[in-house]
Amino acid sequence: MGSYTLAATNVDFMIHGLFQYEVFGQKLWITTTHVSVLIVMLILLIFGLVVKIKVSKVRPEDNPTGLVSACEILVEKLDDMVISSMGEKHYRKFVNYIGTIFAFILLSNISGLLGLRPPTADYGVTFPLAIITFCLIHFNQFKYQKVKGVIAGLCDPWPIWAPINIISDFAVPVSLSLRLFANVLSGTAIMALIYALLSKFAIIWPAALHFYFDLFSGAIQTYVFCMLTMTYITSAIGEEN
Amino acid sequence: MNQVTGVELIKACSAIGAGLAVIAGIGPGVGQGIAAGFAASAVGRNPGAQGAIRSTMLLGQAVAETTGLYGLLVAILLMFVQPLAR
Repeated sequence: MGSYTLAATNVDFMIHGLFQYEVFGQKLWITTTHVSVLIVMLILLIFGLVVKIKVSKVRPEDNPTGLVSACEILVEKLDDMVISSMGEKHYRKFVNYIGTIFAFILLSNISGLLGLRPPTADYGVTFPLAIITFCLIHFNQFKYQKVKGVIAGLCDPWPIWAPINIISDFAVPVSLSLRLFANVLSGTAIMALIYALLSKFAIIWPAALHFYFDLFSGAIQTYVFCMLTMTYITSAIGEEN
Repeated sequence: MNQVTGVELIKACSAIGAGLAVIAGIGPGVGQGIAAGFAASAVGRNPGAQGAIRSTMLLGQAVAETTGLYGLLVAILLMFVQPLAR
């Protein structure tokens, strides 16, 4: 039966283990995802350090130029985005978190352009991000609505509905992480299929597909993740806003 | 014609199942089209609110897309991870 080789056997977009180590008898792997995450974080760190040095040299009376003015525009856009969905009162507390995950997810999604396997195409990266959001949602729910408000929210129409409300609470991080993961993974899979199966014809035109799957889809999904995070936190803060 | 083994039958059925799973893409396609159509008519009525309408539309479309992505995820698992053929 070896003669029927599947054409798709050389399609390869899975996570690879690079280096194995043992912790308490458990075999663990350093994978391509770790490497990609490290590279993404290194790029963000260098960018942050360069901007910090540039900003500290600017005198307040000068007009900002070049990189500094570009970063001012970025920060203004971020503030506008957070204010428009969270309101003036609470945005200060969350703008740093939203900015951090926005930068990390955006650079992770477009790191396919650098030849890396996007870290967000690994469920082990997107699920922790959603878990952080989940913790923030419920911390703020307890902080602003108090225990009484949380229980009232659980028994929303009638107390019988409490189990369904709990399930829908726990569905939030799952759907949030699966959405990002599946979008990025589908782009990665389609690009891998094209490069593996059409390798003779994949000369220049895959650049257009990279533009769509990596840049456009990645930016949209980053925006959606951040918007949904802000929407959930705002609704957890409650009517007080 | 050689005999078809059990694993090969499972692999073939996995491929058919993957094809059936991505039929889930019909729903989000229709839903996203409806959302975009209503967004277009909203912009026609109130061109000043174009930015707000666009972000609302993208958010709704992304949420609607999730069900289709679940189908796609099942298809990718069936095709490339092949959990049944082990």
